[in-house]
Amino acid sequence: MKIIFAALIMIFLSPSFFLYGDKLVLASTSNKTSISEEIENKERQISKLLRCVVCQNQSIYESNADIAYDMRLLVRERLLAGDNKDQVINYIVARYGDYILLKPPFQANTVLLWMAPPLMVLIALMIVILLIKNYQHKNIYQKTDKLLNPEDK
Amino acid sequence: MKRFILIIPIIVFIIIIAVLSVMTLQTKEGRNPSIVPSALLGKEAPNIELPMLARNIPGGFKGSDLVGRVNIVNVFSSWCVPCLAEHPQISWLATNGFPIYAINHRDNVSDASNWLKKHGNPYFAVGFDPEGRASLEWGVGGVPETFIINASGIITYKHIGPITKEILKEKILPKLHEAKR
Repeated sequence: MKIIFAALIMIFLSPSFFLYGDKLVLASTSNKTSISEEIENKERQISKLLRCVVCQNQSIYESNADIAYDMRLLVRERLLAGDNKDQVINYIVARYGDYILLKPPFQANTVLLWMAPPLMVLIALMIVILLIKNYQHKNIYQKTDKLLNPEDK
Repeated sequence: MKRFILIIPIIVFIIIIAVLSVMTLQTKEGRNPSIVPSALLGKEAPNIELPMLARNIPGGFKGSDLVGRVNIVNVFSSWCVPCLAEHPQISWLATNGFPIYAINHRDNVSDASNWLKKHGNPYFAVGFDPEGRASLEWGVGGVPETFIINASGIITYKHIGPITKEILKEKILPKLHEAKR
């Protein structure tokens, strides 16, 4: 049992396991024409930020859907046309909306989304501080109470 | 004051539950959370040019052709089963005075031509998009999809998925009349 477990870990940890996935994606996007490494790196970077619209929780980099493939080609096309990262992303957002971004942008309609977690933490901290203060107050009161009581009596 | 602060988490919790239950009820009534909203509503139709599918099929069009009257743009493929399901409704719209332009999405010439021959061609013009490049320009996520474009060439409505008889009556026709105003 231990041996099987160890073998499985070995397989998952071996670099070839990851390389396989990487090659799979690259092979599906690569055209016959050679493309500079810089463009390929940018393409990969941008593809990881864009949602595959038919898979919903995968980036177009990870997805094997037809539309994800088309979009990777579009990212490459824009990069080859001389667009920078922001221009490529804006081009696609103009057609598919903010929804296409896996990481929602910080803007008016997402303020609540971004501010809720820090606000929750703040509220929780306030409650904890108040509880501690309350506890200390009671403790001091009880101690002094005990100290005072024998003298009074 | 202290008590009030201690109650805040409970209030927040109740608000979250309320919002989520309203959303759940909406889903029951037909709000589909998997439908991606279109960014192109209220914007001009993309001016990408689509080539004709075949010589005997009227077609080839670009965004600027869609000006001057209310037009419909329908994205379809021969391999798409729901497209066949909405085909009678598309044909009905065409025979009732609504010109329909087609984007033939990720298809090939012979399959698409045969499909149109077999089921009838209701389209005013068919644009061929074998690599799905034009579909990206239109913000298409899948087939079928249908756009309504008003006389100024602005996209006023987008329907994702097949147009059933009910959807035709309850959504498409009212939106078409709205676009005519």
